[in-house]
Amino acid sequence: MATGKLRNQKKYFTLICLLLFSPTLIAQTESADITTTPPAPVTEVVAFDTPNDAGSSITIRWKKSPDDRPDDSLFAGYKILRAIYPRGEFQQTADAPAGAEETFDNEARDGVEYTYRIRAVRGDLYSDSEASPPAQSKQQWFHTGRINTLIGCLIIGLAILFFINRAKSGKKLYIRKIAGLEAVDEAVGRATEMGRKIFFIPGIQDIYNLQTIAGVIILGRVAKLVAEYDAQLEIPVSRSMVMVACRETVKEAYLNAGRPDAYKEDAIHYLTDEQFGYAAGVDGLIVREKPATIFYQGAFFAESLILAETGNYIGAIQIAGTAMPAQLPFFVAACDYTLIGEELFAASAYLSKEPKLLGSLKGQDVGKVVILLAILIGVIVHSFGLFNFAQLFRVQ
Amino acid sequence: MRRQVPLLLTAIVGFVYIIQFFVPHKPFNIIEHLFTDWILIIAACAIWLGVLNLLKLSSEKVYKRAKDWPYALVIICGFFMITVAGFFFSGGRAFQESGTAFDYIYVNIFTPLSATMFALLAFFVASASYRAFRARTFEATLLLLAGFFVMLGRVPVGDLMTSWLPQGYRLSDLAGWIMMVPNMAGQRAIMIGIALGIMSTSLRVILGIERTITGGE
Repeated sequence: MATGKLRNQKKYFTLICLLLFSPTLIAQTESADITTTPPAPVTEVVAFDTPNDAGSSITIRWKKSPDDRPDDSLFAGYKILRAIYPRGEFQQTADAPAGAEETFDNEARDGVEYTYRIRAVRGDLYSDSEASPPAQSKQQWFHTGRINTLIGCLIIGLAILFFINRAKSGKKLYIRKIAGLEAVDEAVGRATEMGRKIFFIPGIQDIYNLQTIAGVIILGRVAKLVAEYDAQLEIPVSRSMVMVACRETVKEAYLNAGRPDAYKEDAIHYLTDEQFGYAAGVDGLIVREKPATIFYQGAFFAESLILAETGNYIGAIQIAGTAMPAQLPFFVAACDYTLIGEELFAASAYLSKEPKLLGSLKGQDVGKVVILLAILIGVIVHSFGLFNFAQLFRVQ
Repeated sequence: MRRQVPLLLTAIVGFVYIIQFFVPHKPFNIIEHLFTDWILIIAACAIWLGVLNLLKLSSEKVYKRAKDWPYALVIICGFFMITVAGFFFSGGRAFQESGTAFDYIYVNIFTPLSATMFALLAFFVASASYRAFRARTFEATLLLLAGFFVMLGRVPVGDLMTSWLPQGYRLSDLAGWIMMVPNMAGQRAIMIGIALGIMSTSLRVILGIERTITGGE
């Protein structure tokens, strides 16, 4: 009886042990399979010249190994083997992580045919794919992913050129009034009457920024007016190259106004390249000199409100212009007039009243019509689900 | 000649820069990097123009005891202090590493001064907002209302106040809608205008129609 009970207990014990340890045993068996069987090879390996590049690059694509699974921690990824077609020896040229199905060989020689194998690696084991068909890299003369940009540039560029020519032929063009630019005369005149300085701040970016260039162009027009009114102009700058450009522009403006003697080189001076150091320097000048008029024309960042509020505090007439959308609300709040975005670039044409320059503004309007039409068509096409209109405007 | 050469250079560089965007073939593929390198080199050399100009004007001010000359003295002292610390007391090339005299000045003087200037923005934003949000006109009233709802919708109390409303109709949703729809539409319109303006100005400069910057009428 006791022996039977003991035998039963043994049976239960064995059963419990089996239940407890069987998953481990199964896992160990599987693990043994994984560590002894190489991974399934990748398939469908293709290689082709990387499009729209300067050569030296071949794109390799494949269908990943069925063993390349996120839960398989032993799967190490892929090695890219390359050989010169047809009889070259395969050598490793690159690696790709697990899950990848594309990589680039950026060390290919143009005009040489290569073939590729993808080696799937798991632990110490690996399996190689079939060799890909041969491919060679070459340079392209045109970036096909940017054809939409080219078309857009051509339409708008030609429209601008057309209206410039039309303006040259004497055709009168209507340009809407821009309050900020209408006020330039008044602002310069006020400073002259008060006998106080005019400050011109051309932003904190260097001369290669188009906003700075636009600012310097406006400075040329303002400086001519200042020379004619015999007012005082001061231009603190934050970049050396901008200082040089401003000096040349102002000097030329004074010369054109017939007042080369009134030009003072030291009125255009450098402060610092540092953003807040510059803001502190200009603020100090504004508070001490109390200019009657301040122009902010160019690229501004966080210092925009620091400068404009200080100018507002001393009661100066302030005319700002920038193409930094984030800074526009600050200028609108703190300045008397603000040139919003495109108005900054239109200012030079507007102030000079030169037909050729005004013609370019008309060309811009054609660009706006084209964009408006595109938006309208896009809304209709997308609303009816006809096709993905937005993809036409994607630039690579 | 003095005007023609810069105009010609501007036209060549401008057109080459446009071409390199569409042509990946050599040598156009390296032009952007090449030009960037040139700009950096020129800017690095040109900084001396600015520094020397600053020192010259400041020295003149101090020498002549002109108005506000003590400020000019601070500029000169600051310049020489950081230069001497960087060149002679900071271990040569490793002058930017922590623990050097240069780093000490940078961390303990320059950074707090910059932070102070930046912090001033908080007060300036308050005074500018006060002026901007005065409901004197219809547009200013709209601005005030939009600002009110956006600010309230961006803090938890906004949602707490409107928790009785179904999801999607609370203050945070209204704030999100204002930012993503009318605000985004306005910003994009401005951006389109800016892009066209940049294109037009670039063409004018490249074609030599706009000559103010190169010393013309």
